[in-house]
Amino acid sequence: MNRKMVLFTTGELLLLEAALLLLPTAVSVLYRESTTPYFLITVAIALCIGGAMCLLFRPQSRVIYAKEGFIITTLSWLSLSAIGALPFYLSGEIPSYTDAFFETVSGFTTTGASILANVEALSRSLLFWRSFTHWIGGMGVLVLMMAIIPPSEGSSGRSIHIMRAEMPGPVVGKLVPRVRETAKILYLIYIIMTLTQFILLALGGMPVFDSLLHAFGTAGTGGFGIKVDSFAGYSPYLQWITTVFMLLFGINFNIYYLLLVRSFRSALRSTELWCYLGITAVSVSLITVNILPLCTGIGDALRHAAFQVASIITTTGYATVDFDLWPQLSRAILFLLMFVGACAGSTGGGMKVSRLIILARSAKQSIYRMLHPRSVSVVRFEGKPVEHTTLDGLATYMTLYFLSIAIGFLILSLEPFDFETNLSAIVSCFNNIGPGLGAVGPSMNYAAYSQPAKLVLAAAMLFGRLEILPILIAISPSTWTKK
Amino acid sequence: MKILIAGCGKIGTAILSSLSAEGHDITAIDSAADVITEVTNVYDVMGVVGSAADCETLREAGVENADVFIAVTDSDERNMLACCFASRMGAKHTVARIRNPEYNDDSLHFIARELSLSLAINPEKYAAGELYNMLKLPSAIKVEKFSGQSFEMIEVRLKEDSLLCGMKLSEMRTKYNRAKFLVCFVERGEDVYIPGGDFVLQSGDKIGLTASPTEIQKLLRELGILKKQARSVMLLGGSRIAYYLAKHLSETGSNVKIVERDEARCQTLSALLPRAVVIHGDGTNRELLLEEGLRGTDALVSLTGMNEQNILLSIFASSQNVPKVITKINRDELEAMAENLGLESVITPHSTVADMLLSYVRALENSHGSHIETLYRLADDRAEALEFIASPDAPCIGTPLRELRIKQGILIGGIVRGRTPIIPAGSDCIQPGDRVIVIAARHRLQDLSDILL
Repeated sequence: MNRKMVLFTTGELLLLEAALLLLPTAVSVLYRESTTPYFLITVAIALCIGGAMCLLFRPQSRVIYAKEGFIITTLSWLSLSAIGALPFYLSGEIPSYTDAFFETVSGFTTTGASILANVEALSRSLLFWRSFTHWIGGMGVLVLMMAIIPPSEGSSGRSIHIMRAEMPGPVVGKLVPRVRETAKILYLIYIIMTLTQFILLALGGMPVFDSLLHAFGTAGTGGFGIKVDSFAGYSPYLQWITTVFMLLFGINFNIYYLLLVRSFRSALRSTELWCYLGITAVSVSLITVNILPLCTGIGDALRHAAFQVASIITTTGYATVDFDLWPQLSRAILFLLMFVGACAGSTGGGMKVSRLIILARSAKQSIYRMLHPRSVSVVRFEGKPVEHTTLDGLATYMTLYFLSIAIGFLILSLEPFDFETNLSAIVSCFNNIGPGLGAVGPSMNYAAYSQPAKLVLAAAMLFGRLEILPILIAISPSTWTKK
Repeated sequence: MKILIAGCGKIGTAILSSLSAEGHDITAIDSAADVITEVTNVYDVMGVVGSAADCETLREAGVENADVFIAVTDSDERNMLACCFASRMGAKHTVARIRNPEYNDDSLHFIARELSLSLAINPEKYAAGELYNMLKLPSAIKVEKFSGQSFEMIEVRLKEDSLLCGMKLSEMRTKYNRAKFLVCFVERGEDVYIPGGDFVLQSGDKIGLTASPTEIQKLLRELGILKKQARSVMLLGGSRIAYYLAKHLSETGSNVKIVERDEARCQTLSALLPRAVVIHGDGTNRELLLEEGLRGTDALVSLTGMNEQNILLSIFASSQNVPKVITKINRDELEAMAENLGLESVITPHSTVADMLLSYVRALENSHGSHIETLYRLADDRAEALEFIASPDAPCIGTPLRELRIKQGILIGGIVRGRTPIIPAGSDCIQPGDRVIVIAARHRLQDLSDILL
């Protein structure tokens, strides 16, 4: 294994983080807050460690393979979160480092689960950094690095391994032949959409600072609120805008690229898109009917239902009401949507709609084959046969997915909470949503969990964001022994 | 540039690898999904699985916006059809590999015109041409031709007893002043040097010399290393390369013996090549080779389909003191290995084609400046030799060479004016229409003006 290249890339990433940390530093200067020195200390630490790693581990060969791609991704995300937690901890606004780490992991993985009982007490620069981590983590920080740092000779072709490890979805392809151009296009679409939402929110009367932070949170499908009641206090216009944008960020970015190059027909032919919109529409109508008695009118019910469904299916995690108080059917629908997740190739988490479609089709095919044992048929998706390796990978992923959730749930059961709380907590963290049900419902937070439980939940978020395999490969001993 | 490459075999991958390293946007098409997976894992390119002659596949690969479409699948007909579709669908330039001898006669021109092909490539024919040049001048490891035939660059390895060892280049120039030549590059171990006058040669160096063919003969004679042209040649393996080479050799009066294992192929070859001796037998059988007079031949070329077999056969031939042994190798990593095993003369047909397409694409990119006529990559791609036709508005026109501020690692290796080759001295000027041969280490030149600081 090319250890030097792994550590070198991680070092480069920390340098990038140092650069990114300058933004909240600027915010702290702008608002004359006392957090400036803590940000500067963090920048210095990131610079020192990152610089040292880049100098010490200058690789002779920049060639990497799939294994290195997985390890680079895991190591980068861990070190990114470990350093990103420092401003919260150093400033004393989150006194425990574990809590700060939980909050940062929750930010980068775009989960949005918080341990803060009163967010409004946090200083503005820290609020900014907290939401900004969503934005960075949403599209992927290594993808950002690829877009910014020019490729070195001999390594450019191989960076697809990193992209595959970091981007969610069963198959990761490129939009254009070059990885770097692909990364640039993705970020361009991402930035334009974020800006559009920011402007629309600001026009709707939301303060500029709040609009920006909410745009970050929506774009990354994160969900860190900056108000105790999340979105409940904002006007229906702002809630509708956010609903629409949550759904937009949950769509596969390939489709935006196709629209950008004006091949509308192939964009609209996407099975995944229609399934995603279909699931959303059905869930919204069911919940609207179900919660009608609790609301002041059908418009009100529709707005709340749409916002909550969009928030959960895209794994964002904003809330306009405490949906934990809704009837059982609505809660059940929302809980199931937690598993579904958004489209592959979007910023959302969860299992992804495309995976569900392929799974359903291959199940159908298996049943058909039992009826006609000699029949030959292939599973097709988006008009193309699905490769056997993809199907195998999918089966592995599903097994590991439920196994990880089960183990996490078992560990959480040591905590003094009810079944519903623990299960929804682990499912919500694993799928990068944020709020769960019961004691971790939208109006509550994760502060009551013990320190070890918070680490387990943070691990679950990372597992969910990186889709399990990169981390498992990085921590399995056979990766590191020379066999 | 947007380039589509259909067919990712040996040739396709070699082209893809060199063009991708130049920074072009490449989409690879192959009907085998595992081939595409492998290619996209290793190179920064996009892959599309499907047949090259399928319009739907071509559209998916973005043929409408392609600048160059290169078809190098294993079937000539599919390549032609794919290029025909591609050019109708909007690809600006199309290149097809057409290697069947029946298409490679007078009808090639007709095919190219009717299918609006920009270029038809025949790797086997180029390889045969390269082999022919090497057999003509056996003292050189490699011979590269410029401007038709009037100028060439040869690569020579300095043996321990060479007269040149320990000599400064400026001394060499005064000592052998009867021949007009220039030492353009020196490959020593892992390094490549563009040498100045103070450079001291050592034994084991591989040096590249430019001169006209007659001057090269003169110099080699003075150095005492001139070997006469190989007149009797044994070819192992009756591939297409063997056919083209045997045809060329027997037309110029050399004796050719081809050893081929497949009887039907032997029949075809002997029908096509009445003057060559075709032996049906196993080329790996040493008794057979000795019986067929291996010890008496001037040269042996191993051209079988197996790289490893070629290497072993060449080692055997060298041990039997065959004066010139050439090995065909189709994999880059084995090429370096063969050199370590003492096999000096190696040809890699796929890199010849990759060089050609590289010069073709660079010339397209630089359609306004000085046209690139030829390009050879040297010393494991660490240096390259290019031939430009100086355009009238090139900035280096008319200034004496010693006053030009030329970049480090670049050398003007020769100028051909009309038909007269000139070994450039400080007082010479480049004139419009001159063919200028430039040697560049670690630079990527697109235009003649790129040599200036």
